[in-house]
Order: sequence, then C-alpha cells, then structure tokens
Amino acid sequence: MGSSKIAPEINNAAALAALLADVAERRDRHAFARLYRHFAPRVKGYVMRLGTDPAAAEDLAQDVMMTVWRRAEQFDGKKASLSTWIFTIARNRRIDVLRRERRPEIDPNDPMLVREPNAPADQEIDTAKRHRTLREAVTTLPAEQAELLRVAYFEDQSHSKIAERFGLPLGTVKSRLRLALAKLRPALEESE
Amino acid sequence: MPSFHPEEELLLSYATGSLREPMALLIATHLALCPSCRTEVERLEAVGGTLIDDLEPQAIDDRSLNDLLNRLQDPVTENHVAPRAPTETFERRLPQPLRDYLAHGLDGLPWKSLGAVKQAELLKDFPGYKTRLLRIKASTAMPWHTHEGQELTLVLAGGFTDGEMHFVAGDVATASPAVNHRPVADPGEDCLCLAVTDAPLRLTGPLGRMVNRFIRI
Repeated sequence: MGSSKIAPEINNAAALAALLADVAERRDRHAFARLYRHFAPRVKGYVMRLGTDPAAAEDLAQDVMMTVWRRAEQFDGKKASLSTWIFTIARNRRIDVLRRERRPEIDPNDPMLVREPNAPADQEIDTAKRHRTLREAVTTLPAEQAELLRVAYFEDQSHSKIAERFGLPLGTVKSRLRLALAKLRPALEESE
Repeated sequence: MPSFHPEEELLLSYATGSLREPMALLIATHLALCPSCRTEVERLEAVGGTLIDDLEPQAIDDRSLNDLLNRLQDPVTENHVAPRAPTETFERRLPQPLRDYLAHGLDGLPWKSLGAVKQAELLKDFPGYKTRLLRIKASTAMPWHTHEGQELTLVLAGGFTDGEMHFVAGDVATASPAVNHRPVADPGEDCLCLAVTDAPLRLTGPLGRMVNRFIRI
C-alpha cells in the first residue's frame, strides 16, 4: 500500500471548510489539492466498499472531487459539515453510476417546500462541533452496533439482505441500528 | 405539518442511499412536505459524513490529482434542464422530486380508470416495485385491494380516511400485507396520492415467512 500518498489527516472540520471557502471564493487550486488529498482517498475507500474495483473507484472519486470544485459555492457550512456534504455527493454519484438510477432529492428552493412554521427559515447548526462530538460518540458504540452501522451506510444493502448475510433475524438488525442511532442522538441534537 | 411519517428505517435507508428509486421518490416527496423528517435525514447524513471520515483511505496516485487539476477548467457538460412551469392546479401543489417524474405534467400521464379511481403508473419498468399516482374521487372508496410486500401511500392533495385514521397532504400511510384496508376519500376535493408497493420475490419458504413476519411489525 502506498500509504505515503495519503496526506496526514486534517483533523479539523473547520480547517477543511476554510479550504473549501478558498475554492469557492478564489478558485484556489492549492486549497483544492489539499481537499483532494484528504477526501479523494476516503471517497475511493467508500466506493470500494461497495464492491467496485480500485480503478473504477478512483474514477468515481475523481468525479466526486470535480463536483466539489464546481459546486463549492453551493456548500452551506451552517447546514452540514464538509464531510457530510461530500458523503451526499459521493452517495448520489454512486447511485447514478453504479446502479444507473436517479436519486430523487428535494430542491431547497422549491416554493412547494413546507417549512416549520415557528422555526427560523435558516436554522444554523454548529456543524464542525457536531462533527467532532458525533465522531467521538461513534467510538463509544459497541462493536456489533458500529459494524452494522458501517454496513448500512457503506454497502448498499437492504436491511433484510444485511440480516441474511449476518445470519441474524431482521428484527435484530433493525433494533441494533436503532440502538446505535439512539446513542448518537445526543451528539446529533446537541449542536442544533 | 404531517402527522404520519415513514418509519425511521426508511429514512435511514434513504440517507445511506440503499433505498431503491421508487421508494426513494416517495420518501423525498414526503421530505419536501415534512420539515421534521427533513431534519432527521440531515442528521442521518451527518452520521454518514462522520463514518466516511473514519473510513480507511485508499491511496490515490498524485498523477490522478494532476490529471484532475488539468481538467478543472473543462467546460461543464452537465445538461441542466430548465424547470417546466406547472400547467394545472393539482400540479402546482406537487413538490419538486415528484415534478421531475412528470415530464408532460399530470395530464400527460396514461391514466386508467378503475371506477371512482384513476391511476397512472410511474417508473413502469422498475423491477420489483409498483409506483402509481392515484386520483380518488371525493367521498368515494377505493376498491378493496391486497398486495404483497409493503405499500406506502403519500397524500399529495385532498385526504382520506382508513379505519380510524385520517390522512392529509404530506402524510404517509404504511400498510403491510396483513392489513386489509379500504381508504375513503374526503368529501370536497379529489384525493391525489403517490403509492409505492415493494413486492419482494422472496416471500415464500421459511426465510420469506420470517421476513414477512418482521415486515409486519
């Protein structure tokens, strides 16, 4: 493994978001290269977990990073952390490319979008903080819950398929996932 | 605000991307009408963002980076389709993810009449799922129907009553194969719904029975 090619982790969601702001505001190629070194190997890892060969996974990671470059100014750090935004781009791209399906999504500017009557139009979340506390919370999950959560997020399988593979009743898979999410909930709600 | 929501498991599958297109269409359309489920999906996506950060990175050659840097200025080839103006009253009330599937508007769909109910199929060739828009005449009952798998019905306009429950725009009714139901549309206006049924093929044999049993929970 050429692990020397993996840049040391930028362990700070705010620092990553600042790099993206440089891309959005000044089309800063140097900042983009740093983002690439952080995210492209992770996106490649994500796509490979879906059973894709390394070359195709790398192509898809390139695609995702190209989208990051082109849509940088659409990123809203008050709604999602940069990792989350890139996760959603990678998810939608792999549904499109690997499954050849459309991904139905809401349009945030749709006049038909029903909004919370009593909430401010744009609720701000400290997404960098949420990312940090969430990351810590994930490390406290029991191994079997953490594993199922990763499979659910990374392997494109229905919960009944996951149950089959692990030889568990579907109810057990569902309840482990529910328990895992319940443990993460305080971290998710804390910064809202 | 809707009072009936899809179960958490479906929101999770939508956030992870494992939900297939017909169900994803129904969930996304519900999200447009339901701020609380929208917040929940944003949270579930944040979990995905965290997990991807901790995923073992796979080395990428610097040549790939240089290739990409050279391509950054390439003209964008994404074909952006200008949104089509809604043409009829019903349609005006439909949120975006659904409008995307109605290239020729509601009137352009191949509606079929079944008594007081008109139905039009979307995503016709999608294997394993049935995706329909239903238009039920005000104050009339839908014919008895049974189905395999799970059926989700999202109300888009009007409303209906099924047993003790009353569903209005934005609400999702979830029916399992065990449920014998007979929805009756509210008086006053026709009821427009999006209904998606997944009919898994593995519903016989011991495993299928087990799956069935859990789906009914």
